[in-house]
Amino acid sequence: MSEVFTIAVLVAVVGSAIRLAVPLLLASLGETYGQRSGVLNLGVDGIMLLGAFSGYYAVLKTGNVWLGLVAAGIVGLILGLASAVIAVTLKAEQGISGIGIYLFGLGMSDLLFQKLVGTPIPIDTFPPLDIPILANIPYIGEMFFQHNLVIYLAFAAIPFSAFIINRTTFGMNIRAAGEYPDAADTLGVSITRVRYATQLIGGMLAGTAGGVLAISLGIFQQNLTNGAGFIAIALVYFGGFRPVGIMLGALLFGFVNALVLELKTLEIIPRDLSNLAAMAPAIITILALAFVARRFRAPSALTKPFTRGQ
Amino acid sequence: MKKTTIKLVILLAVFALVAAACSSSDDESGDGDFRIAIVAPSASNDLAFTQSIVDAANILKADGLVSEVAITDGTFVVDDAAVAIRDYASEGYDLVIAHGSQYGGSLQEIAPDFPETSFAWGTSAETFGLSNVYSYEAASDQGGRVMGIMAAALSTSGVVGIVGPIEVGDAKLYVDGFKAGVLIQNPAADVPVNYIDSFSDVALASEAATSLIGNGADVLSGTAQMVVGAVGVAKTEGVLWFGTQANQTSLAPEIVVASQVYHWEGILEEMVKNVKDGKLGGELYSITFANDGLVIEYNDGYDLPSDVRQLADDAIELIKSE
Repeated sequence: MSEVFTIAVLVAVVGSAIRLAVPLLLASLGETYGQRSGVLNLGVDGIMLLGAFSGYYAVLKTGNVWLGLVAAGIVGLILGLASAVIAVTLKAEQGISGIGIYLFGLGMSDLLFQKLVGTPIPIDTFPPLDIPILANIPYIGEMFFQHNLVIYLAFAAIPFSAFIINRTTFGMNIRAAGEYPDAADTLGVSITRVRYATQLIGGMLAGTAGGVLAISLGIFQQNLTNGAGFIAIALVYFGGFRPVGIMLGALLFGFVNALVLELKTLEIIPRDLSNLAAMAPAIITILALAFVARRFRAPSALTKPFTRGQ
Repeated sequence: MKKTTIKLVILLAVFALVAAACSSSDDESGDGDFRIAIVAPSASNDLAFTQSIVDAANILKADGLVSEVAITDGTFVVDDAAVAIRDYASEGYDLVIAHGSQYGGSLQEIAPDFPETSFAWGTSAETFGLSNVYSYEAASDQGGRVMGIMAAALSTSGVVGIVGPIEVGDAKLYVDGFKAGVLIQNPAADVPVNYIDSFSDVALASEAATSLIGNGADVLSGTAQMVVGAVGVAKTEGVLWFGTQANQTSLAPEIVVASQVYHWEGILEEMVKNVKDGKLGGELYSITFANDGLVIEYNDGYDLPSDVRQLADDAIELIKSE
């Protein structure tokens, strides 16, 4: 048991937690934009899958991981546009249409993989990037400053998004579209444009999240995300629809996963409790969600299509 | 407008389902009179569990023993697999292979409804007492033992790690065999096993491998389709890898030493012949070194020391004689 409480274990777990958290963080951040504006997109996982394949395929063909990331983002953007058309213009039932997008992404990503690639072929991954000086701090450096550029940018997106949502006119319009769309409309805010914008942002971030996952792993296979998109949606609620909150949620989920893995490696967790331990991330997140949900509420216009005059 | 919306959403969902179906099935009609269908939980080209049975079936087709091989892969949801199994039986396929230990319950319900259809369930040793169900399994612990011996011989740190999915069936058999092999060669070795409790979470498998390496492992192995993540980490860290179920050399030619490859075609051929002769089930098959159903395929690009190779060869001969 004393093996658990060592600096080495802590360093390993935190590093792993950060890597596991980043795809969730990006996808959840994108979904936060959407939900704050009143649009629920349950198709996040499908967008992540197509983003993952696109990113993977682009790297496979070009050898350039950054082109892969861009490709993933563009595909996500396109799917975000589709989501916007369906939810905002066509005013479809958002829950159902989101599931449709998920199924589309699941099937299409696998179809494309089977037809264009076939057997899993490894690709290059993101090059490591140690932050000068900070990376040399004992233990802290290894935990936080010896990752790659994508991880740093993902975490930088949190305060950036918090600023956008809370301190800019655009952010105010997003919040207004999600809380009081009728009032915002009378004041000249185009609810349609705002929701389109948030769906594009959400799609782009979800696609990028998938691309980050595939390129970080250096491989693609069927259902690579393993439902991460749905966890990302849950994290939006966990985080109280706030970027910092969802970051903490993603880190908690990643941390518990990483800790369970480490405890299994150290054989601290008995084999017969392994299944129970595997549920720990979900259980802890649900418990935390139940606690947090009392303090925050969803945007009042969430899932409600907007029609002027109604 | 609302009706149009509903129609568009339905169209999108249908397109998605068609896309999924197109990615799954591989119907090929042809001449001849024996058709095989395979229902499996992961992709046909997963370089692991599902690919092994698909490759075997295609060998039989190439040899002219069967006329058609239909595949529904990616059916990790058991209910979906049950639908596929029943559909194939309804469509008159001669042999329907349920390639997943999780499909047993469904097969037990479906098989009695189609007494003229032969079913095969793997990996399993259970036929439910039904005359139209075969079962098959791999003695994967055999190859695990051989590769565990090699792993221990190659390890300089004395720590050999294993990434496993769920501790059940073929996976458990392989992991136990591999661990036993390591300890045979080096009783003082540390062999941490990390079951991630998922067959499909590639990211988790990747982090499990990272954890094992962080705890000193300089040789790794693992089983099931999610190990592609673990192999990637092994490649990045320069840690040796032993694979199973299919030849995994292509994933990381620099560090894959060898793979235990399942060759189901031998027992599949027996099943086909039995079915053609009117015997639809009631037997258990097992692939082993002795019947050439298990083969250790070495990576020619890895310079395996001859003494280590000899250890493996000796172990195989010993197992065959047991």
